[in-house]
Amino acid sequence: MKKAFPILAVLTALFLAYAFYQALWVAPTDALQGDVYRIIYYHVPSAWTAFLLFFINFLASVQYLVGAKCSTQRAANWVVIAIGIAGFIAPFIPQVRQLLPTGMYPSSVTTTALIITALYFLIGKYFPGQSLDVLAVTAAEVGVVFCSIVLVTGPIWARPVWGIWWAPGDIRLTSTLVLWLIYVSYLVLRRFSDSAQTQKLAAVLAVFGALDVPLVYFSIWFFRTQHPQPVIGGGGSIDPRMLHVLLINWMAFLCFAFLVCWSRYRLEKLRREVEETEALESLLDPAGPPAASSAAKVPFSRGPK
Amino acid sequence: MNSIKFLYAAYIATWLIHSLYVGSLIGRYRRLRQQKKELERGQSR
Repeated sequence: MKKAFPILAVLTALFLAYAFYQALWVAPTDALQGDVYRIIYYHVPSAWTAFLLFFINFLASVQYLVGAKCSTQRAANWVVIAIGIAGFIAPFIPQVRQLLPTGMYPSSVTTTALIITALYFLIGKYFPGQSLDVLAVTAAEVGVVFCSIVLVTGPIWARPVWGIWWAPGDIRLTSTLVLWLIYVSYLVLRRFSDSAQTQKLAAVLAVFGALDVPLVYFSIWFFRTQHPQPVIGGGGSIDPRMLHVLLINWMAFLCFAFLVCWSRYRLEKLRREVEETEALESLLDPAGPPAASSAAKVPFSRGPK
Repeated sequence: MNSIKFLYAAYIATWLIHSLYVGSLIGRYRRLRQQKKELERGQSR
């Protein structure tokens, strides 16, 4: 797998370059905003990637919390299966379908429910035990990076289009900022807490933090905001050529996020390995571990001993 | 609308943030490799 990394890195770089070319030169110019609208090709894919990573963090945290007891894990598995079945069937019941916002297709709700269920079980299968915690911290950290890009590119786009950098009180903007703050506090908790309960506390915080993700996503569906209403689904429309370029850019950023997550995951594994070796050394050697060896120096990565 | 500078600013900011993060990952990885080597050297003595 390690040999595949450089090949994937080169392919991702080429894909990102192609997406960049598509965004700047192939996508048509917007009639109202001019070329500045092209920020959408970095702003929106970054937001979607951040949501996906926070969601992975949520699933890994739930798995980590319920994995402590066999009976809890079994109960959680049945709850997730029930959610999957309900999400699959409910959108096709006429009474429920009426409750869906304009432009939201029942098939998209069904697909989302199935993806959630599948992701939950896949994460549980391929990331057993402590690997769940490693995955959670990886997804949160990379998610914060992508969310930071959303918060930086948003105001840069807003200034020429709205005439202001930030719209105070706007629910989409405020909830995104709150989401970012929640996950920053999650990372700070992991960095500075020495308690043996840190992993559990962080997992609980992640579960509550994830509740903000649907609020951010659906805020423009249910509330009138300064932020534009949805242009994909939700009754909005986007030029098919623009949508094509948007999806290409999202795929490119997903590949990039995957590589970054892979690197961060390996880094966290290595950090824990070094920490364990140090702990073992200090047990064997009464004089203590060798000087200049402290995993605590590594920022945003210290977990419980 | 003369707003092309905002477009460039957004793209540059994006790659700057990604570069800083990837750079920090590389730095942390190097430090940990160094620590691991030191520990292994200590164990072999």
